[in-house]
Amino acid sequence: MIKLDINKKLDGTLGEMVLELSYTIPKGQLLTIYGESGAGKTSTLRMISGLLKPDQGMIQVDNTVWFDKNRKINLPPQKRNVGFVFQDYALFPNMTVKKNLTFASKNKKNLTYVTDIIDLMELGDLQNKTPINLSGGQQQRVALARALVQQPQILLLDEPLSALDSKIRFKLQDYLLKVHKEFNLTTILISHDIAEIIKLSDWVLILKEGKIINQGNPSQIFINKNISGKFRFTGDVLKIEAQETLYIVTVLIQSNVVEIVAQASEILGLNIGDKVMVASETFDPIIYKINRQ
Amino acid sequence: MNWTPLILTFQLALITTLILLVISIPLAYWLVQTKSRFKPIIETLVSMPLVLPPTVLGFYFLIAFSPKNTFGIWLNEYLGIQLIFSFTGLVVASVIYSLPFMVHPIQSGLSSLPSSLSEAAFVMGKSRSSTLFHIQLPNIKASLLTGIVLAFAHTIGEFGIVLMIGGNISGKTKVASIAIYDEVESLNYAAANKYSAILVVLSFCILLFVYIINGGYLKRFWK
Repeated sequence: MIKLDINKKLDGTLGEMVLELSYTIPKGQLLTIYGESGAGKTSTLRMISGLLKPDQGMIQVDNTVWFDKNRKINLPPQKRNVGFVFQDYALFPNMTVKKNLTFASKNKKNLTYVTDIIDLMELGDLQNKTPINLSGGQQQRVALARALVQQPQILLLDEPLSALDSKIRFKLQDYLLKVHKEFNLTTILISHDIAEIIKLSDWVLILKEGKIINQGNPSQIFINKNISGKFRFTGDVLKIEAQETLYIVTVLIQSNVVEIVAQASEILGLNIGDKVMVASETFDPIIYKINRQ
Repeated sequence: MNWTPLILTFQLALITTLILLVISIPLAYWLVQTKSRFKPIIETLVSMPLVLPPTVLGFYFLIAFSPKNTFGIWLNEYLGIQLIFSFTGLVVASVIYSLPFMVHPIQSGLSSLPSSLSEAAFVMGKSRSSTLFHIQLPNIKASLLTGIVLAFAHTIGEFGIVLMIGGNISGKTKVASIAIYDEVESLNYAAANKYSAILVVLSFCILLFVYIINGGYLKRFWK
């Protein structure tokens, strides 16, 4: 559990603003913070990790107070046991992948944990390379692995997937979900990608100019209604075609292009490039076995 | 030919460079991360030798270290050091005179590193010194090399300050640049030419070495 009650004056791109957050994150939750740039998302993560000092308030994790202005408590980042994946990954260029991980490990004598993480994140072939020789997706996996090696209670992810193309993104989203569950982490993710948020997070906070303006379950927030469909996929609208009385909406879901029949009422306000959720409620799905060639 | 002035020059440059390296790393680190109001003052003081004629520095050192003045007397009585007309005095003066040549490259190297690198190390539980020695310094090797070589080369090239504070004592303070002046004064052009030619060739080699390493030429050749 992370109890946040923080207040900080920030010099944003749009002038001064006050970041005011009061929220309690239950243990094991994957929380996403969503909002325009300059809304205070990264600053929030920096304050939780101890890299930035709030002006007022307190931060408590389980039964330990990390920051309390009134009691003059401010644990340095070194004592906070947080895994942080930076937007630029911040891999150490002078070290190989393996060295990056062992450097992060707190227990230098027993490195089995490091080898476990290398296996889990499928980094075996890359472990002797230096970060400069890795692709963006590979660097991201190393950054995530390095954060996990510390065995943190809390994982902070600052737009970790924003620089990657969609195919690698989907794969890494699966990694994220896997490690979040496997290590029983409390994770805070910053993301701009609605499909990603719906896929990954339990709860979403929407920040605007330093304040929470909305929060809830991601499908409630982004679709404005509760969908009980058994199948839910998110994608991007590629094309909307009128066909006599109906419309055909072409949607890109992950890497598949799908055509969906829609009524005039459904396409109202829908434009090309919009994020949509495709859900099916009424009929039973059919399963075909795919024979391996 | 008398090799003593050249040997003395290299001894001076080597000792000065080593001392500068030890002083400049913490100083540059402090300058990069401080938010102190005194930062501009310290930065100015570090850079002063770049603009001042070396004779000005030499003159004030001469006054300050003089065995007739309080500071000079104190040095002599308590530490037993006499800085005027001695090799130790030359080292002290050279350290101050070449300070910007070591501090500036290290400072700009450190500030060009993304702050997320050291922040990532802090979040991992690493102390400031561990982060400096394992992450920051190994990633600014080129800047360190530039600082070392420039400080070394600049100390070889000293004249004014050395003459003011060290005088011209053979085997003690007569470095190559002074020896050249001395030989010219006594119209001994052949000896002056030998010293000068050696300095020209050495300086060229040292600077070439820096440009080759920092330009990555070596890496390209060896691959």
